[in-house]
Order: sequence, then structure tokens, then C-alpha cells
Amino acid sequence: MRIEGWLLAATIAFATSAVLAESDVDKGLAIAQEADRRDTGFHDFRAELTMLLRNRQGEESSRVMRSQSIEVDGDGDRTLIVFDEPRDVQGTALLTYSHKSGDDDQWLYLPALKRVKRIASSNKSGPFMGSEFAYEDLASQEIEKYGYRYVRDEEFDNQPAFVIERDPVDENSGYRRQLVWIDKAEYRPLKIEFYDRKDSLLKTLLFKSYRQYLGRYWRAEEMFMENHQTGKSTLLTWKTYEFQVGLSDADFTKNSLKRAK
Amino acid sequence: MAERFFDRLLSYRWWVIAAVLLAIGVMGAGARLLSFSNDYRMFFSADNPQLQAFETLQNTYTKNDNILFVIAPKDGRVFKASTLATIEWLTKEAWQIPYSIRVDSVTNFQYTSAEGDDLLVRDLVKDAETLDAEQIAAAREVAINEPLLVNRLISPSAHVAGVNVTIQLPGEHLTEVPEASDFARELADEVRQRDPDVDVYLTGMVIMNDAFPKASKQDMQTLYPLMFVLVIVFMGFMLRSVSATITTAAVIVMTIVGTMGLTGWIGLRLSPPTTIVPVIVMTLAVADCVHILIIFLQGMRRGLARIPAMVESLRINLTPVFLTSVTTAIGFMSLNFSDAPPFRDLGNMSAMGVIIAFVLAVTFLPCLMLVLPVRVAQVPADGQVRMAAFAEFVIRRRNLLLWSMAALIIALISQLPRNQLNDVFVEYFDEQIDFRHDTEFAINNLTGIYLIEYSLPAAEGKKISDPEFLRHVEAFADWYRRQADVLHVNAITDIMKRLNKNMHGDDPNWYRLPDANDLSAQYLLLYEFSLPFGLDLNNQINVARDATRLTVTLRTTSTEELLALERRAKEWLQSNTPASMHVDGASSAIMFAHIGHRNIRSMLEGSTVALALISAILVIALRSIRIGLLSIIPNLVPIGMAFGLWGLLVGQVGLALSVVAGVTIGIVVDDTVHFLSKYVRAQREQGLSPEDAVRYAFSTVGTALWVTSAVLVVGFGVLALSTFELNAGMGLLTAITIAIALVADFFFLPPLLMKFGGMRHAH
Repeated sequence: MRIEGWLLAATIAFATSAVLAESDVDKGLAIAQEADRRDTGFHDFRAELTMLLRNRQGEESSRVMRSQSIEVDGDGDRTLIVFDEPRDVQGTALLTYSHKSGDDDQWLYLPALKRVKRIASSNKSGPFMGSEFAYEDLASQEIEKYGYRYVRDEEFDNQPAFVIERDPVDENSGYRRQLVWIDKAEYRPLKIEFYDRKDSLLKTLLFKSYRQYLGRYWRAEEMFMENHQTGKSTLLTWKTYEFQVGLSDADFTKNSLKRAK
Repeated sequence: MAERFFDRLLSYRWWVIAAVLLAIGVMGAGARLLSFSNDYRMFFSADNPQLQAFETLQNTYTKNDNILFVIAPKDGRVFKASTLATIEWLTKEAWQIPYSIRVDSVTNFQYTSAEGDDLLVRDLVKDAETLDAEQIAAAREVAINEPLLVNRLISPSAHVAGVNVTIQLPGEHLTEVPEASDFARELADEVRQRDPDVDVYLTGMVIMNDAFPKASKQDMQTLYPLMFVLVIVFMGFMLRSVSATITTAAVIVMTIVGTMGLTGWIGLRLSPPTTIVPVIVMTLAVADCVHILIIFLQGMRRGLARIPAMVESLRINLTPVFLTSVTTAIGFMSLNFSDAPPFRDLGNMSAMGVIIAFVLAVTFLPCLMLVLPVRVAQVPADGQVRMAAFAEFVIRRRNLLLWSMAALIIALISQLPRNQLNDVFVEYFDEQIDFRHDTEFAINNLTGIYLIEYSLPAAEGKKISDPEFLRHVEAFADWYRRQADVLHVNAITDIMKRLNKNMHGDDPNWYRLPDANDLSAQYLLLYEFSLPFGLDLNNQINVARDATRLTVTLRTTSTEELLALERRAKEWLQSNTPASMHVDGASSAIMFAHIGHRNIRSMLEGSTVALALISAILVIALRSIRIGLLSIIPNLVPIGMAFGLWGLLVGQVGLALSVVAGVTIGIVVDDTVHFLSKYVRAQREQGLSPEDAVRYAFSTVGTALWVTSAVLVVGFGVLALSTFELNAGMGLLTAITIAIALVADFFFLPPLLMKFGGMRHAH
């Protein structure tokens, strides 16, 4: 009897936790879906961005680029980034077709070589332009790229927020998991903590100065990423956001790479 | 006055014992605050210029503390499915090592190739078990021809491979190093279990840092008990009294507890050099006890009652024991001149120990002796008889001794220049330590752990993509590759050349530097996009992109060879590159290469100050400028002779030996003090001739001198068994110095005194 008793208790405990876990998973996914829903339908946008890189010694260096994106029905966004500074990479352009699953497609145009090169790589976690942002941090955040779990409610920066955990599906991701603080009012990410493969805190990303465009889409003007393990940081500043400027698929082809100066 | 004080002291003996026990207990409570330092940087002061240069370089680029797994398949073939699968598994699991930020191996090497206008970037080996022989052979070809891999993560014959884990320690807790190392060791065990066909070796800076406390703890477990047993046996034999032996044991235990406890209160961190402090302190405490107990027991044998015998012993010994304690403490404190903090700690801790031992020897020891039963066995005073015969011999043969000793002194001292500086840090550890053994395997089979690193800046206003700058970097890398003892050179130019080739359809003719500034910069951008997690160009390029890191890996070389190579490299830079590139190399190996020089210079100052202070004290204490100055000879000569002998027998000196002069000067002087104080007293109080004064000195302190010297030689000799070569060398040379000092005091000082040491005012 005693053993059966324990077994019964254990089974009930296990089942209960499974049910709880199930509801946490549902709730996490629901929050992510709602955030995604609110941010879908902008069609296209353009912006200028500046990255300020800083190392442990406090040495700084900056990068300037322009970015444009277009939404694709049933798949990830397409993005074209043109580099303006440093001067020796001026005119270099990166075109990305992000996909809901599998590797993204990337082409890079090198003006000094006058050639478009496709980069076939599974690496998503390498540094973007030497910054603390990995490519996967900046790529479009498709729902399918993560598994979700609601963790808790928590106030962040005087705003009530959900904390959800998301686990990358891609085995090439550099992260085991991310904790995302999403404000309850507008479903905007306020803060993301990135945990590396051994589950120690690697980086923290803070979103600052949100502004609303077209009366609907929220964009943070500043994204500050700090690497806790190396002491390096990057401040990414977005300027001159323009939505629905009439971009079409033709602006996101290999040929458009060379034209984009 | 001293007599009245000691009478009172002895009459309150129970109170004294209780008070001393309480005081030592309070001090000893600090021992729980003790901790071990586990960072090789502990050997460098914050203002050490080589440390500063290296820290600047490490802060500019990614820090490269590491753990290196060396995988050696028993059949000598890395490129086969099972071994590659093991490496692939380890490469994945090693990401779990605490504080790891990057794992590199032949399997996850980012192999780039061209296919039309596609640039393919992939792991060199993926899903090893599914690969066929042809694919494996192709991967092998790539690996052993890849400059980034050969002699770094794969041996040229592909018989051994490495998995290198870059570790970024926050540096906040002492537990970080063992956490990472223990995890790595467990992982290595797992590899051995999964794949019995491979041997696994572990090395790297983190493993070395972890070995410091491990070696220290091993020393504690072997040296402390050994020394303790030796002391007990020795005292039992010498004093023939159970109570005296117990009392000595109690004094040394309390001295150690007090010293280590105070160290804890002060907050010093233990290091391999300071691990030996208890042995040193034990040795010096025994010397104090011997002097007091021998006279006390002699008194009782002459028929004195216990209390008068003890008061008499204290009266006779107080001044010389106090004097020798002070001079010994001064000698140890001269270690504060050392550039290496662990030796400053060693000096200060030993000095504290000496003072505590003195206080215990004149308070606790007599009180405890009086509460314990003392039975005096009537032993024939054959010691004194032999000493008298010995004195006669020295007096008779004084001229022969004087000149033959002088010849021996000159002969030995002339061998001093044979000593060469050598501080090769892996050799700081004994072969018993796994780290030494594994590292030697790695060095002999895969790659070195001695590096020279450069941060090469481009000309003013230029970026590192400047073609002329890149050509200079390439030439510098090529120059280094032509040097003997260079295993590997890591330079950004190899990546540039490979990318240039990839961008031209993998045409080998394009394996050369791009000739335009923009092209290089755009290649770097492209390369960055292809990099995997944990790797960025900051590893090799600074944030401002106007300087690049070049890393040279060396086989084990002596300090002199390393410094000579670095000097030649500087000369090459000066005559072949623009002024911006005329920089010095920096690395932990370079830091250790300079540490011997720096310490010898600083310790020469320290020892000189100590010698001056000690000589001044002797002049005042002996109240004779002439004798005081004469004492400098027997105080100074033994250290010169010992180093000369060392030059003949060993020929290599380094960091640890630079402090021997400081350590020994205060100890060597003790024998001189005891001998001279008796000699002077005989002349002054009894008006004896120099010859008779020598006879008197031998008969009163001769036995005590050789006994204490023997204890000291044994004590420091025990250190020669340390697993830490720094301690072993220091112990051995100190023991040799003390032995030579005894010889000088017995054979050279008396003839010297008889020739030059007549007291003017004696009549």
C-alpha cells in the first residue's frame, strides 16, 4: 500500500505539473502571437541606423547603415541593408530572405569586387558588423522560430509586463533560451535576456524610446545590447522610420543589391 | 631586571599559559578566512610593466584564458569516423563548461569554399559517423593544409587533435577556476569512457591556475607532517627529554596557528610560495627553543633546581635570541622589495612567525616546561669535549684554514656567472602534477602554450585594411614562421588570403592579399557574416579597426631564447616596417621571462638594505664597529658561495632563487651573532686573548650552533620535496647557504677573528 500510495501521489503531482506547464506554454504562445499580430501588416518600412560599439576599455567605433524591409505572406520578411560607414565598406549591401523554418537566404554585394555573392551558412549567431547583436537578434522574429512558455507577470520600468521564455528551434542558435519582458498595454518587447548554451546570462537587450507609427506600429529608437561575459556593448539607434513607402518585391532582388547605393 | 621579570613570569606560569593559549586562539580564528589564489597573475605586482602591456592587449582584444583538450587516438589516426565523432561530441559538450565563451576544434572549424558565386560556409566535419572514407580523407586534406589549424588544433601528421575552449572568467570569485577545471576534467573522463580508443590530456591557462592550489594542498599534505615528524625525532634525540620535546612541539604548533591565523585576519591570499611558510616558521621556532632548552637542561644536569635553571637560561639567551629574531625578521621583510607579491607575503608572514616564535619561546615555553615533569638523564658531556678538540684544531691550523677557505670562497664565487635566468612557468610544477605531464604531452605532440602576442597598429589615419599594412603583417608572420621554435603564427592575413581565393572561384593563384583597401574591408565584412557564435573579429582586430593582433606560438624555450627571439623580432620590425608597427610583444610567457631579472634587481636592493640594517644592529649590540664590520664577511660570503655552487651544479636561477639572499641573510647572521657575542663577552668580561675567546665561544655555543644549523638545513631541505619547483629550488638553495654558513662560521670566522679581531680596549 505504501509504495502504491507514493506512486499515486507522484503521478498526481506529475500530472498536475504537466497540466500547469501546458497552460504556461499556451499562455506564452498566445502572448507571442498577440505581439506578432499587432506588428503585422505594416507592409514595408525604411530606416537609418547607427551602431555605436564599445569595448571593455571604453574604446568606441561606429557603423552607419540603411535598412528596408517588406513583409511576405506566409514567410519571413525580406530585408535589404546598405552600409554607409565606415567609408571602406560604403555601398556594400546585404539582402536577406528570412524563412519561418530552415536557413535564411543571404546575398552580399561587394562594390570593390562588383559581384553579388550568396552566403550559404547555418551560422545565425555570429556578430552583426562586429557588434554585440547577433544576426539572429536582428532578423525578423517569426513565431515558428521559438517554443514559448509564460513565466510570470512583472513590472518593468513602471510598466506591467509579461515575462515569457522562448527557446530557439534552430540547433545552430547560440542561445539556449531567452527571457522577454513584453508590456501588457501594447505588447512591445521591453527587455530581452539572452542565455547561452550552458544557460548562463550572456547579454541583455533594452528597448528605449518607443514611438508609434501609422497609429499602430511601435518601434524603439534605441536598442542597447550589453554582453555580460565580455564587457562589450552596442547601442543601436534607429532614425527616420518611414512606413508604407511603396516598396515592392522588385526592390529585394539580387539585382536591386547592386543598385542600392 | 630581566631576572626579576622572569621570576614573576614563572610564578604566574598557569596564568601565562592560559593567556598565551587565549591569544593564539584569537589569532588562530583568522585561519578560517584563508583562501588560495588561483591566478598566475598573482606573481606580478599591479605596476609590473609587462603585466600592464599584456592586460592592455587583452582588454583591446578578446581575452584568451583557455582550456585545451588534447585528443590522442591510440592508433595515431584522428581522421576516422569514431575519433571524429568523439571530437564532435566533445566540441558540443564543451560549451557547457562554466564561463566558456567559445569552443574550437577541427570539427567545427568554419570551412569556406566557393561554388560559382556562392560562398559556402560550413563545419569542416558534421555528423562524423555518417561520413564515408572519401569525405573523411577530404576533410583531412583541408585540415592539415589550413594555417589556422595546423600545429594548433591538429598536428601536421593528424595523429593528435585539440579542442580549445576559450574561457572568460568574471574574476569575482575564487571558485570560478576550479568550477571550470573540474567540469573539464569530468568531461575528459566522459570522453575516455565513451571512446576507450583515445587518450585525453588537459592543459591551458585555466588548468594551470587550478594547479596552483592543488600543488599547494599536496605540499601541505606531505611536507607539513614530514617536517613535524623530523622535528620531533630530532628534538627527542638532541634533548633526550620527553617534556622538552612536547614543549617544542607545542610551541611550533602554536606559532603556526598564530602566523596563519594572523595571515587570515590580514586578508592575504595563500599562494604556492606562502604555502611553505609553516615549514619555515616551524624551523625557526625550533632554533629558538633549542637555545633555551639546551642551557636549561645543562643547568639541571649541573644540579640546579628547575626554576633557577630556567631563569639562568632565559638571562643568557634573551639578548641573543631577541637579536637573532629581529635580524631574521629584517631579512624576511627585505622580501617586500620583491616585485612578486607572493614573495612579499612570504616575507611578511615569516617575519610575523619569527616574532611570534620569539614571544612564545620566552614566555610560554619556560612556563610549560615548569609544569611538566622533567627528568634529567645524566649524559656524558662528550659534545662539549668534542667541541673543545675542534676549537684546538681550528686554532692550530688557523693560517691554513684562513687561506684555504679564502681560496674556496673565491673559487666558488667565481662560478656565479654560470647561473642563467630561466623562468619557464610550466616547469614551476613538478612532474607529479598532472598539469605538467599533460602540458608536456601537448607541447610534444600538438601545440605550445608559450605565446608572444602583438597588437600591430596601422599607420596614423589608416585602417588595418590598408594593403601596405597588410603586406607588412604578412611579412612579419612569414619571418616568424621561419624562426626555430615557432610552431604557429596566427595572423589576419591568412584569413584575407583564403577569402580572396574563395571569392575568385577557389583559384589557388588568388591565395594572396587583396590589393585594394576597400576590397579588404569588404572581405572582412563578409567574413564577419560567416562567423559562428562566440567568434568575432575582435579576436584579431580592435574596435576602431586600426590595429590587429598577431599571435606566435612557441615550443618550450628557455627564458633567454624567448627574450632573444622577441628582441630579434623587434629589430626586424624596426628595419622592415613603418614606425607605427615598432611594438613590443606581450604575453604571460614574456611576463615570466622578465620576472627573474626584475626580482633579482629589486631583491639586490632589498638584501643590501637588510644587510646594512643588520650590520648596524650588530655594531650596536656588540658595541664594536670593528667586529660588527668584520661580521659582514661571514654574513655575506655564504650566499655568494651557495650561488656559485648552484651555478656549478644546476646553472639555472629564476624568480624563486632571487629571494634566497633575503631569506638567508637574516638566518645566516644568527650563527654569527651567537658566536660573536660569546667571543666579545669573553674578551670584555674575562679579558681573554683572541685564541682563548675563540675557545670559549666554541665551548659555549658550538653545540647549539651546529644543532640549530642542522635543524635549519633539514627544514629547508624538506622544501626540496615540494611539488612546486619554485619552493623546491628555494628550499634547497637556502639549505645549502645555511650549511655553507656553518662551515664559514666554524672554519673561517675564528681564523679571521684571530687575525683581525683583537679588541683594542681589551687588556
